[in-house]
Amino acid sequence: MEKIKREEDAILFEPVERTGRSFYLTLSILIIVILWAVFAYQFQYREGLGVTGLARPIFWGVYITNFVFFIGISHAGTLISAILRLAKAEWRRSITRSAEVITVLVLFFGVGNILMDLGRPDRMLNIIKYSQFQSPLLWDVSSITVYLTASSIYLYLPLIPDIALLRDRNGKRRWFYRALALGWKGTERQHRLLEKAISFMAILVIPVAVSVHTVVSFVFAMTIQPMWHSAIFGPYFVAGAIFSGIAALIIAMNIIRKVYHLEEYLRPVHFNHLGILLLVMTLLWFYFTFTEYLTTYYGGEPIHMTIFWMKFTGRFAPYFWGMFLFCFVIPLPILSFKKTRTPLGTLIASISVIIGMWLERYVIVVPTLTNPRLPNEMVIYFPTWIEWSMFAGCVSFFILLYMIFTKLFPIVSIWEVREGREKSMIEVQERIKTYLPGIGVE
Amino acid sequence: MHRWGMVIDLDKCTACQTCVVACLAENNIALIGPEESAKGRTIHWIELVPYIQGEYPHVKVRLIPRPCMHCDHPPCTKVCPVYATYLNEEGIVAQINYRCIGCRYCTTACPYTVKYFNWYEPRWPDEMRGALNRDVSIRTKGVVEKCTFCHHRLLKAREKAKAEGRDLLPEDYVPACVEACPSGAMYFGDLNDPFSTVSQLSRERRAFRLMEDLGTEPKVYYLSEGM
Repeated sequence: MEKIKREEDAILFEPVERTGRSFYLTLSILIIVILWAVFAYQFQYREGLGVTGLARPIFWGVYITNFVFFIGISHAGTLISAILRLAKAEWRRSITRSAEVITVLVLFFGVGNILMDLGRPDRMLNIIKYSQFQSPLLWDVSSITVYLTASSIYLYLPLIPDIALLRDRNGKRRWFYRALALGWKGTERQHRLLEKAISFMAILVIPVAVSVHTVVSFVFAMTIQPMWHSAIFGPYFVAGAIFSGIAALIIAMNIIRKVYHLEEYLRPVHFNHLGILLLVMTLLWFYFTFTEYLTTYYGGEPIHMTIFWMKFTGRFAPYFWGMFLFCFVIPLPILSFKKTRTPLGTLIASISVIIGMWLERYVIVVPTLTNPRLPNEMVIYFPTWIEWSMFAGCVSFFILLYMIFTKLFPIVSIWEVREGREKSMIEVQERIKTYLPGIGVE
Repeated sequence: MHRWGMVIDLDKCTACQTCVVACLAENNIALIGPEESAKGRTIHWIELVPYIQGEYPHVKVRLIPRPCMHCDHPPCTKVCPVYATYLNEEGIVAQINYRCIGCRYCTTACPYTVKYFNWYEPRWPDEMRGALNRDVSIRTKGVVEKCTFCHHRLLKAREKAKAEGRDLLPEDYVPACVEACPSGAMYFGDLNDPFSTVSQLSRERRAFRLMEDLGTEPKVYYLSEGM
């Protein structure tokens, strides 16, 4: 029995210990895209932001869209993992790690997009030197810094026992694992402390995550610009973030599952459960969008209505209705039926949601700026190859870092899976006894 | 303490754009060429904008000069993360070009879209090099700029008054656009002084401000025409 178990989990060590040719092939493709983006950026840095499609009055475009988009994706991991941990959902065990990694890695690209958008990135430290805390951008800086720190700790803590496992296996990079394992021996006391620390972080991380996307929305909502100045933006953005976050997680899990043959660990049941969660978020997204636009429509203020009609029937109609199609019309039927809530079904729904949520961010940022209050020359914004290259570069860089992570650490938490196997059965039984009368002894 | 403000009499304004040209020359505003201009990247600290009043069929369009409104409650200064734009004690919304990080938050927050961004390094035809104003610093690429009510003229006037051992007089400090206006449609002065021309005109029945309902409290007043 013991032998079979070890063999079962061996597949989780495999990505760390063996690297195939397809890994290097993907790696080189990603590096080429990243180098291309680096080239595009140095061009922009040398010439100025004039190489983008931006102009007056559309001062913000794809970079800010990407900033909101990437920070949104980051809500996948930590938040979902924390909620599932606190809810003691047993099915979480094999998916939390892959979720938490998304959070930590994707945050860099959210911040990165703000830096790319700066006219003078060389002066970015002025934000610390001359901080003006009335500015929502400063709230972003503070909130994202706390979030990045907390999520990194929250990723690292449950990694420790797994790092210790790797250290004891006499594989590659032993010094590296020895240093990171912090002398983990797996004693009763260590386990107790670790559990305590993890649940503390899980609680801490939830309000921080909510605050992050709330203040991201405040960047828009605190101005008096039409269709930005909205009280619903905070919760709307948080819901949207979790929505795109779960979608990103499902996509990542599908890829890991295929590439590393983890069908035994990431089972259809996981995709079914996450699919239900995504379904709830789809409906919530619709609810928020509906409320937001209906309020605007009934208010009927001309300056708001100009932008409203621009989105519904005007120049931005393809983006707006595209968003509606990808965020709601496509995922809703797929996720509504158990038959289609398969790994493949949820994958299709998730890809659709990701596209839709990117469009949503774009439809929030650009139309408002296209139509300022004072009459202006009509300027039409189209992102240039520079902006698309940087977007591709960010996505590639994220995938690259994710891949490298799977090569350094097990992407499924081994000790938590084992713990689930060994202890949870009894634990859950005991727990159920406390819920209901007539089962327990007393 | 002074509170500088401007009054523009639309009855006298002929929309000749002299103010625009005077401002371009005074403040070393970059000339970007027709190609970039078509993309919407022209910089004009003061600009004539079409202002539409009424609904069809009683529509009236007029061109009105639009400098920075120098609001008393400026939406732009609140959002700047580095104090690169702020309301100074004399009511001028100042812009520190060498501190600006170019995030363009102020440009998006301003409801009057009076803020401009340097998409490229500012350039001039070689012949114009010698014509640049030495009192105004040249911006770099990637920073925001806007009308300062020719703040450098205030500094200069104050120095001069100090050297001559007297107080600053209202006629000492006038922005370039006001000075250049051929029809005398623009007035400038201290709104805190109840007897100054601007102060008196700003309380006239014809006086209005742009988008007063936003609560930004602009210090640029317009006198409507034909009343």
